[in-house]
Amino acid sequence: MITEITGPKIKRIHPKKFALWMALVSMIMFFTALTSAYIVRKAAGNWYAFEIPKEFFLSGGVALVNSVLLHVAYRLYKERNYTIFKLLISLGFVLGVAFVVLQYLGWLALNGQGVYAQTNQSSSFFLILTLSHGLHVIGAITALMVSWIYAIRPSTTAWTEKRQLRLELTFTFWHFVDILWIYLLIFFWVQQ
Amino acid sequence: MADINIAEQDLHQEDGHHGHDDHHHGDKYQSSFVDRYVFSQDHKTIAKQFLITGMFWAVIGAGMSIIFRLQLGFPDSDMAWLQPLLGGWIEIDPVTGSGVLSPDFYYALVTMHGTILVFFVLTAGLSGTFSNLLIPLQVGARDMASPLMNMLSYWFFFLSGAIMFISLFLNTGPFSGGWTAYPPLSELPQASDGSKAGATLWIISLVFFVVSVLLGGINYITTILNMRTKGMHMFRMPLTIWAFLITAVLGLLSFPVLASGFFMVTFDRVLGTSFFLNEIYVAGEALTTRVGGSAILYQHLFWFLGHPEVYIIILPAMGIVSEVLSVHSRKPIFGYKAMVFSILAIAVLSFLVWAHHMYMSGMNPFIANIFVLFTLIIAVPSAVKVFNWIATIWGGNVRFNSALLFSIGFVSMFISGGLTGIFLGNSAIDIQQHDTYFVVAHFHIVMGVAAFFGMYAGIYHWFPRMYGRFMNETLGKIHFWGTLIGAYAVFGPMHYIGMAGVPRRYYKFDGFDAFSQFTEINQFITIAAIIVFVLQILFIINFFYSMYKGRRQTEMNPWGATTLEWTAPIDAGHGNWDGEIPEVHRWPYDLSRYEDREFVMQTEPLAEGEMDGGH
Repeated sequence: MITEITGPKIKRIHPKKFALWMALVSMIMFFTALTSAYIVRKAAGNWYAFEIPKEFFLSGGVALVNSVLLHVAYRLYKERNYTIFKLLISLGFVLGVAFVVLQYLGWLALNGQGVYAQTNQSSSFFLILTLSHGLHVIGAITALMVSWIYAIRPSTTAWTEKRQLRLELTFTFWHFVDILWIYLLIFFWVQQ
Repeated sequence: MADINIAEQDLHQEDGHHGHDDHHHGDKYQSSFVDRYVFSQDHKTIAKQFLITGMFWAVIGAGMSIIFRLQLGFPDSDMAWLQPLLGGWIEIDPVTGSGVLSPDFYYALVTMHGTILVFFVLTAGLSGTFSNLLIPLQVGARDMASPLMNMLSYWFFFLSGAIMFISLFLNTGPFSGGWTAYPPLSELPQASDGSKAGATLWIISLVFFVVSVLLGGINYITTILNMRTKGMHMFRMPLTIWAFLITAVLGLLSFPVLASGFFMVTFDRVLGTSFFLNEIYVAGEALTTRVGGSAILYQHLFWFLGHPEVYIIILPAMGIVSEVLSVHSRKPIFGYKAMVFSILAIAVLSFLVWAHHMYMSGMNPFIANIFVLFTLIIAVPSAVKVFNWIATIWGGNVRFNSALLFSIGFVSMFISGGLTGIFLGNSAIDIQQHDTYFVVAHFHIVMGVAAFFGMYAGIYHWFPRMYGRFMNETLGKIHFWGTLIGAYAVFGPMHYIGMAGVPRRYYKFDGFDAFSQFTEINQFITIAAIIVFVLQILFIINFFYSMYKGRRQTEMNPWGATTLEWTAPIDAGHGNWDGEIPEVHRWPYDLSRYEDREFVMQTEPLAEGEMDGGH
């Protein structure tokens, strides 16, 4: 009886895609640590509750729309429907920038309420979480910019496996930062 | 920049005329001197870069310990002779001309010793070196999943080291608040000179270090899980690979938590927030604007990394020792699957024990109960491993070379240090033992010396794989016996003075009646430490001498090992194998299992009716 089992070469998922997922795990740990610290500190009392400005909820909406647009854009790219794909990826890029602007406006509104980073640990945590998330979004915008340039430049629009992978990686990261923001928003809303 | 993926498929696409299989030298990744030796993307070169950088830092970190051991052993001696090296940190008495070590600098030395050894030497130098060298070679891959990220991992480590090195030369001195960087010492510049620019550079350096670990770790996990050669099932992987995989997973899950703690410290330092500050008095004045934070919160975040970090250091050493013991005892590893599952159990438990570093921090003592429980449970998988190592060499046809001796030394150290861990893991006993030299002795033996022994075992064993030559065995044995006896001479007596209550971190003891009686023991420890240090210099001389003048490796598989790294040519270029990547047909420990064959390599197909080992 031969017990030898030699299946096909092990390569279930593209290594870069897998590496991205690993990176997302480390980011999840980073935000888990911060939100855990938030809960622990809040339980200790002397917690100043403030109203979350509407700009942050608006940016939540922007994040959702952005994710949907990028998802559809990816489907269209796979179907080689380049015209609408280009439109959607451009819109996604604009929404990404709008997201960061809204976060900034949100913080200006908080300052207007008299809430600053040093006011209380509640505002310090709010800043460190929004800023950490914002930095990840800026990273995502940079990645999207590269994909966007490839998309609109006529010589690099056409489908290749590598370009599809680039889009998939970029959009996966975008979905992550979008969902992360929705999570953080719900977290703040519940905790405040 | 070249395409970062070196998957077989991509190489074929790039190379239309002949497959990569036919030709591996001078490929697109290393066409010039800079590509080949500096910004190399070859995992083997990156491994050597990690190792040699780690050795550089080991000399600095250990050298620092010699200076503060001189202070502890001979506190009243004249240290003026150190002034050319330490400058203003040696305070010269204008009348007598004799010099004393500045107390501030003593703390900086201790802090830097801890930081350098834990992060730069035993994390980057050990895991960075052997994960890089062995993962692609032992799983059968041309290189890491992303050679570019791998290269960046080294250069972020280098940058981190460069920043830390610069901090040594600040006129306010490097950071001096302990390698754990507890607030408020790490946050308030008023706390000490080292808490000024030194602390800033320390944090920046370690943030880059975290980036390096994550880039490396993502690559290691991806390569192991996605790029194994045909036939290399998970349970056919050598234990080294299992250890590197789990190490990388631990790093991936715990270093971001440390990063979040550092981020909050940075906020406190730069933006005036008070995450970790409360009821602080500076020069008798209350800091009324910095209230509401919790220093214990930082400790939780720190030790959530800090404890898995211990296993990030020791697991690669365990993997190396398992491999070396098996190969040089000419026996299969005893209980292969038990070894794998004990690595996994240690990894899971390592996330559930962090607060045993905080029993006396002011944390709720009832919470300590659960941490005592999990801490003591770690003894179970650890004991399984120790039993299996001993059973592996038991009755083996043992080759007592340097690699094997250091592996046995590892087991010895791990047992000695592990036993004292059972004392310290009990929160009640810790009331007496915490912050004494007992703790210092415990962790130095179990994760300092033991990890070093694992690293040395790996270097002596895989030196031919790295440089195509052997290290000098006579020097290796002098290195081993001297280090083994010396390390016990250094840390053995520390248990005794620790149980007598001598506290850590004190600059000198002669002013305390309770502790001044241990002066001779401290002198003994210092002399032993100097001897051990000199022996490590001997190792470094052996290393570089052997690199150029050592006995040449003539056969591809000099140790009669079974794993894939010995199937690659002696001077393997980037891509590792000249022809096709070898296929794997069996587990990695077919040593002395057959009457007519001393060993069977993993590449050899199973005979008809033959059962694969390890099950």
